[in-house]
Amino acid sequence: MDLHFTADEPTGPEVDAVDQVLGNADSRWFGGERLDPGQAQTSEGGHRISGRRHLLLPVFHAIQARVGWISRGALNYACKRLDVPPAEAYGVATFYDMLSLQQAPPVVARVCDDIACQANGAGELCESFEASMGPAGSGGDESDCGWVRSPCLGQCERAPAVLVTGAGESPWTSVIAPATAEAVNVALADGPAAGSPPVCESVPQAGQASLQLLSRVGSPSGQSLEAYRADGGLVAWDLALERGPGWVIEQVEKSNLVGRGGAAFPTGRKWRAVAQADGPKFVVCNADESEPGTFKDRVLMEGDPFAVVEAIMVAAFATGCERAYVYVRGEYPDATQRMQSAITEMESAGLLERACPIEIRRGAGAYICGEETALFNSVEGFRGEPRNKPPYPTESGLFGRPTLVNNVETLANIVRILPQGGAAYAAVGTARSSGPKLFCLSGHVAKPGVYEAPFGVTVRDLIDLAGGVSGTGRLQAVLVGGAAGAFLSPDELDAPFTFEGMRMIGATVGSAVVMPFDDSVDLGAILLRIAEFFKDESCGQCVPCRVGTVRQEELLERLRSGQAIGTLEHERQLMREVSQVMRDASICGLGHTAASAVDSALERFPIFQGGIR
Amino acid sequence: MFGAGGGTSSYQEVEETDLIILWGSNARETHPIYFHHVLKGIRNGAPLYVVDPRRTSSAQWADRWLGLNVGTDITLANAVGREILAEGLENRHFIEHATSRIEDYRAAVEPFTLEFAERETGVPRAAIRDLAHAYAKAPTAQLCWTLGITEHHKGVDNVLALINLALLTGHVGRYGSGLCPLRGQNNVQGGGDMGALPDRLTGFQHVANDEYRAKFETAWNCKIPSKPGRHISGMFKAMEAGELKTLYVLGENPVGSEPDTQHVLKILKKLDFLVVQDLFLTQTAEIADVVLPASAGWAESEGTVTSSERKVQRVRRAVEPLPGTRDDMAIVFDLANRLGHDWGEADPRALWDELRTLSPMHGGMSYERLEALGGIRWPCYDETHPGELFLHGRLWADPRIGPRAPFCVVEPEAPVDRLDDEFPIRLTTGRRLDAYNTGVQSGLYASPLRRREAVDISPEDAAELGLREDERVRISSRRGSVVAPVRFDSGLRPGLAFMTMHAPDEVNTNELTIEAIDPKSGVSEFKATAIRIDKIFSASAGD
Repeated sequence: MDLHFTADEPTGPEVDAVDQVLGNADSRWFGGERLDPGQAQTSEGGHRISGRRHLLLPVFHAIQARVGWISRGALNYACKRLDVPPAEAYGVATFYDMLSLQQAPPVVARVCDDIACQANGAGELCESFEASMGPAGSGGDESDCGWVRSPCLGQCERAPAVLVTGAGESPWTSVIAPATAEAVNVALADGPAAGSPPVCESVPQAGQASLQLLSRVGSPSGQSLEAYRADGGLVAWDLALERGPGWVIEQVEKSNLVGRGGAAFPTGRKWRAVAQADGPKFVVCNADESEPGTFKDRVLMEGDPFAVVEAIMVAAFATGCERAYVYVRGEYPDATQRMQSAITEMESAGLLERACPIEIRRGAGAYICGEETALFNSVEGFRGEPRNKPPYPTESGLFGRPTLVNNVETLANIVRILPQGGAAYAAVGTARSSGPKLFCLSGHVAKPGVYEAPFGVTVRDLIDLAGGVSGTGRLQAVLVGGAAGAFLSPDELDAPFTFEGMRMIGATVGSAVVMPFDDSVDLGAILLRIAEFFKDESCGQCVPCRVGTVRQEELLERLRSGQAIGTLEHERQLMREVSQVMRDASICGLGHTAASAVDSALERFPIFQGGIR
Repeated sequence: MFGAGGGTSSYQEVEETDLIILWGSNARETHPIYFHHVLKGIRNGAPLYVVDPRRTSSAQWADRWLGLNVGTDITLANAVGREILAEGLENRHFIEHATSRIEDYRAAVEPFTLEFAERETGVPRAAIRDLAHAYAKAPTAQLCWTLGITEHHKGVDNVLALINLALLTGHVGRYGSGLCPLRGQNNVQGGGDMGALPDRLTGFQHVANDEYRAKFETAWNCKIPSKPGRHISGMFKAMEAGELKTLYVLGENPVGSEPDTQHVLKILKKLDFLVVQDLFLTQTAEIADVVLPASAGWAESEGTVTSSERKVQRVRRAVEPLPGTRDDMAIVFDLANRLGHDWGEADPRALWDELRTLSPMHGGMSYERLEALGGIRWPCYDETHPGELFLHGRLWADPRIGPRAPFCVVEPEAPVDRLDDEFPIRLTTGRRLDAYNTGVQSGLYASPLRRREAVDISPEDAAELGLREDERVRISSRRGSVVAPVRFDSGLRPGLAFMTMHAPDEVNTNELTIEAIDPKSGVSEFKATAIRIDKIFSASAGD
């Protein structure tokens, strides 16, 4: 392309970081030195280089990890290497929360102040950092460490959580949860802290014989391929090879398994559609678990990574895909590392040869990238903006090719379905919601964590399973399904947590979040945090969502500050209209559900009465 | 080519072809609309090859750029042809079925080995080989060129060298495969089609053909000379020799556009009588005896234009012309009436309908059909004919229709203006995106891209000469010299410089260029001038 660059030059470390991903610059016309006379009268570019556009985000990650921010010089160099217009690349970089386009200190604490953490002391933590380091985002060019506020880090069962990142020649990340100001300060000063608590602590049921999806979490079989195999691993893979793709898809269809990412689409139907499409085609494992209050996929990837990889292999084999991508959210360094070593081990064992290469791609802090088409754009090196559907991914997905995209938990079910057969699996749960299900309990429960229970269990059962309501012990409300879900009142707890049961009471299974709040919690503040979350995370592409999420936050601000326009009922009516427009006219699920939690709370609870909280 | 003066392919074909070559064309800047079609082709997966001495903005989009030395196009093309033959990649079926003289061609290109071509053109042999193999192996391919091919003293031979490649590979006469000379204006094609050529009547009907002439003589009730007229460089020769004493210039600015400006001025001032008909008071109009103010062809006139894809489209009057200006056709009609012919009132539609009776290839293009179909590509013989997307399909017909297409042996010849110690730098000229020829029309409008005229040189030459960016230097050729600021262009290599003719009032580049004319086309060698660049040492400090 004919590109125009500013005069900013990259530093040595920035060049190193980019070259680490792309290799050394071999062309004077694409970022290399103007030395080789053999290139004075020819150049090779075009498709050869534009075909590497998908490496833009990995390149940005590398720069961010090396120097802590992306300077104009670094941006120029990355763009010369990849033949991408700098203005467009700037638009990509600024899309992602974990990439900084302003000079930032090399060590940064990302402090989660989202709903679960807010109910567990995130406010105090933030106040302490404000006192010691100044307001969030400050730090600037002088200091060598700083802090920022972060949306949900997916560590809700051990709130409050802090993710510390250190840039440099040996970049590091450290998850501190539950976090204290002291522990974070030590990490800021001295580097990576001792690892977070073992993953089995996030699964209070660990070791129980009845578990299927969580059976291996906390056992050695998550640690090595050998142990995995000894613990019954790879049975599904062997069966798939033995019985063939047709049989696999048949079992998945018979299982009645539906997607666990929130949309509940029949998995078997998806697999069949991709299997029938012409190649090349891809498998994508959606591990961009960013719904506030959700951490089940993280626990699966950290505790049973081989099972997730095995399921990806089965999926690729059954549908005839030639490459698989695992898109893990940037806030999950431990899960990324566990998945990577599992993939590497299985590759070294030659297991991927009959499946396909599997590659991990890291998100960089964007909730919207959990939306499947936004995820595709992100992998391709663009802003993570959702695409219009149709065409659906099974027809035109990643790189415009037929794509099988499944959530981590959905895939984890596959390796349980094949050994017992689809019909046996379907017998678990209810007729319309089959199988075992993972639930994310956090907020005011005695034993927060991931729980496994068959579909059909009630919200009350789940809270009891987690040791009952903690805090004051008096339940005020339960958020189910995540920030895009709904608030239930204490008299709705006997509803079965199934797709049909939740729909009956105007809620949704969503990502199976169950987050009780005791009566000390300022529900208005929680609502405002949810509204702020959606305002921040709206990609801004379509008007209903871009404007609607701002209107929603403004409305809540008015109610909280006692400046309601007219009566509370008038404001509620306004909110209904805004939420209707977002539901009807937004491009993707973010806009469709951005108002549902706030809506549900305003309808159920006597908050903001008379415009005064 | 092959008897018809137009590109063979429609624009949609470059979007769907398997390979695109821009040879001597910076379409990104000079044919931005056509380049949109090229971009669609690239998006659809077609590799782009760009052959140009400069690494232009078009070349920056290329899968492969071949930066040949100025004036070595024939060597490069012959080497590509030899490589195709040597590797057995030629389309034998097509060659046997539809062409002639392949053995002459094979013998002629035999010396053009990759090694020889690398030495002569400067392009690494691997790149030449790559182009040859890609072109020969592509299922379909579009070969496009512009003035980088034609503005040489061997311009016609350059074109023939490219046509040979298309014949060799069968990349002509099929959907998606063709040869496309890109036209610089919306209606250059139409000018030729209408007979504004020294040897042709409307519809490319040769004046030497008695039958054609008789048809026009009957219709026009006058005698038409059977001897071809003169092309522009021939006219200048005749003016210089005193044989041509009166000149009527319509919409041209030869003082700004022809090489060696001082010489042009001298010749024009010798004329007995110079008439210029133009929208603007151009440099040529300034020295005219009579200036006829014309209205604009676009938006102020009725009629048709014809694009590079041979597509005839209607243009309509949307606004009233400025007071005091008149439609070109009306002026010509009045002139004819005053000169004693009864042409009556100018009526564009009546004129077009007359043309349809005389030019078979326009026969089916009624105003109604042009309007209904949004334009029609010639040939369109009758009102049931949809027009043709591409030409020369006859070459593939079985049995073949019409004569065979011959290979034409062409030999390279270095540019006339030789480089030596005194004039060691090769200057080539061209256009920029936001300007148009001598700037008569585009110079009036503001553009955020516009930069002052400058001489572009490589950073290496700048360092060698000790020049800063924007420093004013003297540029001299064997014919004249101008002063212009220097601009660095990393797409140029040492020894290669670039200028435009967009702002002759500011920097008159054609003071430098050579009037070395290709006798076959009448076009001068604007693309190859030998120059010297000298630092201007000013007495006052700081230039």
